[in-house]
Amino acid sequence: MLSLEPQGAETDLALVSGIRSGDESAMARLYDRYSAIVYSVALRVLGDSGAAEDILQDVFMQLWRKPGVFDSTRGNLAAWLAVIARNRAIDKLRKRKPESDIEDVVVSVQPDMAGAAERSRAMEKVRKTLGGLPESQRSALEMAYFEGLTHTEIAAMTGEPLGTIKTRIRTALLALRKAFEG
Amino acid sequence: MSAHEQFADDLTLYALEVLQGDERVALEEHLEGCSSCRRELERLRGDVALLALSTAGPAPPQRARQRLMTAISNEPRSVPASVPPVRARRWNWGWVAAAAMFVIAAWFGIQSDRLAQRAANLQNELASQQAELQRTRDVVATLTAPEAQVVTVAEPNTPPQPQGKAIYVRDRASLVFIASNLPALPPQKAYELWLIPTQGNPIPAGVFKPDARGYATVIHPSLPAGVEAKAFAVTVEPEAGSSTPTLPIEMLGS
Repeated sequence: MLSLEPQGAETDLALVSGIRSGDESAMARLYDRYSAIVYSVALRVLGDSGAAEDILQDVFMQLWRKPGVFDSTRGNLAAWLAVIARNRAIDKLRKRKPESDIEDVVVSVQPDMAGAAERSRAMEKVRKTLGGLPESQRSALEMAYFEGLTHTEIAAMTGEPLGTIKTRIRTALLALRKAFEG
Repeated sequence: MSAHEQFADDLTLYALEVLQGDERVALEEHLEGCSSCRRELERLRGDVALLALSTAGPAPPQRARQRLMTAISNEPRSVPASVPPVRARRWNWGWVAAAAMFVIAAWFGIQSDRLAQRAANLQNELASQQAELQRTRDVVATLTAPEAQVVTVAEPNTPPQPQGKAIYVRDRASLVFIASNLPALPPQKAYELWLIPTQGNPIPAGVFKPDARGYATVIHPSLPAGVEAKAFAVTVEPEAGSSTPTLPIEMLGS
């Protein structure tokens, strides 16, 4: 679990506390901090700016309506928002009902993403790690993450055995974790 | 790393929300009793979150911010009462008791606020469901209203023929049947609708009588769930209905 408080700025928890009190300006500041992450992941999944804006609206409205679903035990707010946004985008892409309740999502992540500089450094490391993966691992992970494809669907598309696809996805994801542990 | 290697790959897929079917069910059952795998799931979700950072692209348009701020302004929430600061001047049991009472009262105040918020959310959901229910009622009321004008559209100059439409959703065991131009029945007789499954015997799907215009409906009869229908049929039966259809079949459609 991480400590994710940006130096010299309001902490995420302070802003969420403001939202709990109905402070609209706290919501605006939180939006300014994280809307780019939420929007860009939704845009990458859906490939449509209007649909990505809908996800952006939906994710932040959920936080406004239910600020109690996020507290320090949920982990990093940026990571939590990114997970919720990506999952909602996949639900929309695959035209299915939400597979998970936001109240059940707990995220434990190493890097601090609260500050723009930290996010920028983490972003560079993620891209470098993904770029260094074998093509078969990277593409399997990206098909699952950005297209929401199951291992069965990926195996059918690539002609690879199911077990191989599962292992590639896991190996690629753990390589990402390792990059931030080292 | 999870202590349960056999679930390791599936846990990754679950964190990505791409695990389906029996494997998902089996993993969720395992997660309920395995704190080690739950912790690993949290870490995997963190790893998944990192992938979002590879997507950094254009910032959202300014109109999206305006849209959000307008939306939250339209959904004001109750603000918890502010808590005045308390300063203890000396160790006095009377003050300790008072402070304890204050803390308890404040705690109840916070809980009360949370309950109020939850109640407001439930109220919104209830209002939405009531609106949906009202729409459904309106549809059913239109279908079943004695004064409803029922018009069957067909080629001109053709004599009206008895006909029915069955709308069936297998997984919900939901059936709506609308018939028109039905001949009048003999005394103590009624029409009975039958669901003819792909396997097994016909299943009774409602007894009905047409009105003076030959119009009748059957809305959501009691049916077993998940039965695949090969056809629907209508027969004439005793008013109480039958457990097996009596020939001849008056109407049949597949």
